[in-house]
Amino acid sequence: MAESMNIKLKVWRQAGPKAQGRFETYTVPDANPHMSFLELLDVLNEQLIKSGKDPIEFDHDCREGICGSCGVVVDGVAHGPQRRTACCQLHMRHYKDGDTIVVEPWRAEAFPIIKDLVVDRSAFDRIIAAGGFVSVNAGSAQDANCLPIAKTAADLAMDFAACIGCGACVAACPNASASLFTAAKISHLAMLPQGAPERKSRVTAMVNQMAEEGFGDCSNHAECEAVCPKGISISTIATMRREYFKAMLG
Amino acid sequence: MSLKNSLSSPVGKKLITGITGLGLVVFVLLHMIGNLSMFSGDDAYNEYAQLLASFGPLLYLMEAGLVVFFLFHIVNGIQIWVGSKKARRMGYDTYRSAGKPSQQTTSSRSMIVTGLVLGVFLVIHLASFKFGPGGPGNADPSYVTSVAGEEMRDLAKLVHHKFASPIYAFGYTFVMLLLVLHLRHGVWSAFQSLGAMRPSLTPIVYGLGALLGLAIGLGFIALPLAIYFNVI
Repeated sequence: MAESMNIKLKVWRQAGPKAQGRFETYTVPDANPHMSFLELLDVLNEQLIKSGKDPIEFDHDCREGICGSCGVVVDGVAHGPQRRTACCQLHMRHYKDGDTIVVEPWRAEAFPIIKDLVVDRSAFDRIIAAGGFVSVNAGSAQDANCLPIAKTAADLAMDFAACIGCGACVAACPNASASLFTAAKISHLAMLPQGAPERKSRVTAMVNQMAEEGFGDCSNHAECEAVCPKGISISTIATMRREYFKAMLG
Repeated sequence: MSLKNSLSSPVGKKLITGITGLGLVVFVLLHMIGNLSMFSGDDAYNEYAQLLASFGPLLYLMEAGLVVFFLFHIVNGIQIWVGSKKARRMGYDTYRSAGKPSQQTTSSRSMIVTGLVLGVFLVIHLASFKFGPGGPGNADPSYVTSVAGEEMRDLAKLVHHKFASPIYAFGYTFVMLLLVLHLRHGVWSAFQSLGAMRPSLTPIVYGLGALLGLAIGLGFIALPLAIYFNVI
């Protein structure tokens, strides 16, 4: 494996929310296969800073694929070509010397661009604030097993709770729908006895908030599941719909 | 929350699209099977058409139901498409599907196009056949026949006449291929929209839905091609 790679990057640059954006092409001559994709951007930013240019803004935090901070569209796929991986865990060993990589921000009206590759995802916070919580004060931890929960329900709830709120589902959806994110939280809480009392008001409020934020409607393309770094199944969207129908019936 | 608000919510729109979609699948399936009666002869086809017409008020009720289903299906489909355009005004420079388990296909991306073409086709189709010569409000003595002593509309003659034209025969065939595309995504999607789906069922329902769509499309195509190529 070649230790040094020459990588070309075509990156979306936008000075601010209202500014006109454009693509800029850069070359990183000293990339290597051990780097993560974000480290490649770090190296490029050092290059840019040394030459007196503005570094590329991008969101990141844990760089372990668990916080949901990072997220860009890499060559047309949210988080890049590797399945069940946030782009911080995408490594340059999947590329070869001389490759060109196109990097774009999440594109959705509900996720306005702040700068370059950074988008404002507070629409997700407002969807959660609309009902993605349990109102009762649960107190300190109870004894294990004092509240029996079936293993299948606990497992499913955990699968849905794995959502890290990165927004890749919205970015990849041809309709820019936030159904997978919203449904994951609704389904997670509906599976558990703590979340059950508010399930009807929760699903109604969260679905309404999702529409209010300007996300598109779901057309069942299932592209969201394919790009979700946690592999959350669109069966959660089916669950959200059943929850909503139950709430409609009163 | 009022019923109107519920039905215009993102989930409500899917409920309407799914239910009307499945209803329309049943309709096109029955219509296709009905069409095949022409392979048993023109009299059988005319008798089948006469049987439907003899339902009287029941037929009008079914037709009114179909109009409602079509309208809700079309209006919701357009609303969902317009909403998706509003939700992403600036598209990607580079965009591709990440592959399985994505169900994104030419079928799923072209629902609005195939749907609108089918909608326009429906109007032309009704004008050509149902309201064509010998139909309601368009009496024509040359399209009347007698089967087993009973006088009835000679719809078979009209079908033969229309499908002898290459524009009708191949235009109809082309639109029915678009129907196959529409149903390939539509059948599975309707069940998912109604919440009746879990991961283990998805490939089965998707496969069966696509097969059903193909069977319906091929069933429809058989008649115009058989007539055009003088098989029947």
